[in-house]
This record gives sequence, structure tokens and C-alpha cells, in this order.
Amino acid sequence: MILRQFYHLGRYSLWLLKVFSKPEKTRMYYNEVLRQIEEIGFGSLKIVFIISVFIGAVTAIQLSYQFGGTLIPSYYIGYTLREMIIVDLAPTITSLVLAGKIGSSIAAEIGGMRQKEIIDAMEIMGLNTPAFLVLPKIVGAVFSVPLLIILAAGLSIFSGFVTATALAGFTPADFVKGLTSFYDSYTVWVMIIKAFVFSFIIVTVSAYHGYFVKRGSIELGKAGTDAIVYSSILILVADYVIAQVMMG
Amino acid sequence: MIKAINIHKSFDGTEVLKGITFDFRKSKTNLIIGRSGAGKTVLLKTLVGLITPDEGEVWYDDIDFYKLSLKETRKLRKKVGMLFQGNALFDSMTIEENVRFPLDMFTDMSFEEKQEQVNNCLDRVELEGVNDKYPAEISGGMQKRVGIARAIVMNPEYLFCDEPNSGLDPKTALIIDELIQSITKENNMTTIINTHDMNSVMEIGENILLLDNGEVAWTGSREEIMHTDNKYIENFIFASPFLKKLKNQALGSYK
Ligand SMILES: Nc1ncnc2c1ncn2[C@@H]1O[C@H](COP(=O)(O)OP(=O)(O)O)[C@@H](O)[C@H]1O
Ligand SMILES: [Mg+2]
Repeated sequence: MILRQFYHLGRYSLWLLKVFSKPEKTRMYYNEVLRQIEEIGFGSLKIVFIISVFIGAVTAIQLSYQFGGTLIPSYYIGYTLREMIIVDLAPTITSLVLAGKIGSSIAAEIGGMRQKEIIDAMEIMGLNTPAFLVLPKIVGAVFSVPLLIILAAGLSIFSGFVTATALAGFTPADFVKGLTSFYDSYTVWVMIIKAFVFSFIIVTVSAYHGYFVKRGSIELGKAGTDAIVYSSILILVADYVIAQVMMG
Repeated sequence: MIKAINIHKSFDGTEVLKGITFDFRKSKTNLIIGRSGAGKTVLLKTLVGLITPDEGEVWYDDIDFYKLSLKETRKLRKKVGMLFQGNALFDSMTIEENVRFPLDMFTDMSFEEKQEQVNNCLDRVELEGVNDKYPAEISGGMQKRVGIARAIVMNPEYLFCDEPNSGLDPKTALIIDELIQSITKENNMTTIINTHDMNSVMEIGENILLLDNGEVAWTGSREEIMHTDNKYIENFIFASPFLKKLKNQALGSYK
């Protein structure tokens, strides 16, 4: 079991080296990157919008419940909500959901190409298939996911504001006062670094599972599931490591 | 010429190829035949490095394939064309883009030059008026032709075909076989074809390797098949009573 994980780690690392070797024809990659930005970035706007509304609302209600009847000044809710969302909830929850959405489709797309021998066909032409198939996806995701996460943070805070003032009895002035107190741009950097790392994990781990899929449709399904499970676990592990290194 | 020397390959402890040695000759249609599951595809893929053998050597003329660096392998592969069993066409590209893909990727030809080469290849496989269609919009026989056109667009010296006529009706299958054979002669290529179709064997089998259960069961030409009493050939080619009778009649009429 443990041995199996080491095997995957070794194969994943060697494969990543191929992913990052020099592309054959940059122009062919360029078009593909644009397509990926469209698919990963624009394709995920709706789902990011929906989860942001709920992240903000739930956080606001939870905080107002915990602050209620304590001596904590009520404007603190804006401050706490902002920090929770920027440092952790927006990057992590968004990435976990994107791992499900993007991850499974990447694994299915590349896995399907493996099973239909399209990867073999490209290899025979002399193409570096890990680079050709995965690099544009990495570039596309590393470009669009951080923007999605910044958007998610903004929307979540707004939704938190609406919920706190409309439903939980805080005044807008209090909330905004908290929101603008003790601001340190460092936390935004933490968020952006998380966004880069998480998007890299989602794409590479999912593409890896597709690339090495075995024969048969059951295996293709399994690759999709493994893509989601492993990228989600690795996102949480990376979340911890980043927290420890940057904020510990 | 391509030489396979003592190729072994196992999957999960099951030995699929048990020491295959064979010479595939230049300007000939070399056939790897055998029933399904015999190891034809695995053998074909070990010859081009899509599957790495556990043991054995593959020589392309005087080049020891498995001694090549990754870079040299990719260079050699520009001289290799391959037709896959399921065609492996790119669904999201038109027929023209499929055939042009290797040129786009690996040459500095101008668009007009590429277009000319693509149209030459499509003409060669007798496909007209489908340039802008997608693979899903054309028939299986036409998809095979596109696969062949894409395989020969870089003027390869070596051509590999995995079951080129599986899923085709007998007439279309025959046309595809003849097409591959004549392209082989015209371009002086070393062509290796996997098949379990006994029509192909009889029509284009110039240099045949019969695989049975991962071993070389028989080698020879189609003329020799009629006169051998090798029991694997008997069981494979003349599997049906009808064909056995036909063979006996044919031999009888020689006397
Ligand atoms: N990638 C693989 N993993 C495991 N087993 C395989 C693999 N490829 C082929 N085999 C097995 O090897 C045997 C020969 O397969 P193949 O070469 O595809 O036969 P065929 O002669 O029909 O082309 C089969 O039993 C098949 O299940
Ligand atoms: Mg096969």
C-alpha cells in the first residue's frame, strides 16, 4: 500500500520532467492554452459564483452565532469573516470543488485519448505527449484558477455582508468597519500562493491519472475518481504545509 | 528491414510474448497473423517502443532501437507511420487538420506546401471532398483511409498497421489491403501488418509470421501456406470445414 504510493510518486515526478521539457512548436501550444483558459476559467464561473454565495452566507451565520452574547465587539465579524475567507475558505473550498469539476474532466479526456490510442498515435509521430497534452492545461489553470479564487473571495465577502446585515442583525457600518480593520496584504498573498499550488495539483494529478489509465471503461471511471480523490487530499496536505510555512 | 530478436513481454506475471525472433523485410507486406489475443498488437507495439519489451532487441536496419536516447527515438519516429486499430483520429479536428497535424508539428513548410502534401496523400487513398468533415461524420472505411493518409504524410520508411481491416466489409477490407500493399511498393517501405483476416493473408501475405499463444508457430509466404501441413496453419487459416475442403480441392486440381 505504502509502496504503491512511492511508485506513483516516482512515476509522477519522472512524468512531470517530460511535461516541462521544451515544446516542439510554440504556436500549437498557444492556441491550446487559450482553449484551456476558456474551458477552465470561463467554464467554472457559474459554479464559483454559486459556492461563493454559500461560503459567505454560512460563514456569516456561523460567526454571528458564536459572537452572540459574548464581549467580542460586533464589528469583529467583518474582520474575522474577511480573514477566514481570504486565507482559507475561498482558496480551499473553491479548489476542492474545481478538483471535482476540472479534475474529472481532465482525467476522462486524457484517459480517453490513451484508451483510443490517440496518445500512441502522437508518440509515433515523435511528439512529447506529456508536454503537448498537459502543459497547456497547467498554464491555462495556473492563469485562470487564481483569478477565479480572487473572484470567489470577493463574492463570498459580499455574500457574508448581505447575510450578516440582512439576516443576522449587524449594522452595515459595523460590518464595513470590521472589514477594513487590521488589513494586511500578506494574507492575500497567502491566498494567491495557495491558488497557484492548488491549481497545479488539480491539473497534474488528474492528467497523470488519465495519462496512465489501464484498459477498459471501468478503469476510465476509476481514473476520474482517483483524480478527484488524490487531488483533494493533496490540496488539503498542501493547505497545511502552506499554512505552517507562511503563518505558523 | 526491421529485425526482432528474442522479444519477451509479460503483463502482471502472464507471459504474452515468449521469445519472438523474425525479420520484417523491406518493400514487402510483412504480416503478423494469429487469433485474437495471440499477442499481435503487443508485438507490433514493442517494435515501435510503445510497449517496452522485458527482454530482446529491435533493429531498424543498422540501428539498435532500444539503445537510442529519447531524442534519437523521437527522430527515428519521424520515419515511422502507424495505423491504429481504432484509427486514433483526433475527433476535434477536421480530416484535413488530422492529416496535416504531423506537418504542422514537425515541419517548417508553408501553409500552401502543407496543403499540397495533404491533398496528395488524400488523393493517394482516394478520398475526395471530405477535407472539412470531422472523423465522426465519415464511414469506417473512410476513417481507415484518413488514418493511412496521416500515417504516410511524412513519407515514412516504416509503416505499421494494426488490424487495418477490422470492422470493414470484405470488399472494403480488400481495397484497404491493396492500397497498403501498393503504397509499400511505391515508396519502398518496410510495412508490417497485423491481421486475423484470412483474405488479407492470401491477398497480400508476402512474408508471414504466425503467432500462437505468444510464440512463433510458423513463418513463410502465402504460396507456402497452401502447401504446408503445419498444424497451427491448419487450425488458423483453414479453421472452417468449408475452407479445408476448398484447400483440398485446390491442391487436388494442381495434380
Ligand atoms: N497493456 C496491457 N496490460 C495487460 N495485458 C495486456 C496489455 N496489452 C495486452 N495484454 C494482453 O496480452 C495478450 C495479447 O494481446 P494483444 O496483443 O492485444 O492480442 P492480439 O493478438 O489480439 O492483438 C492478451 O491476453 C491481452 O489481454
Ligand atoms: Mg490486436
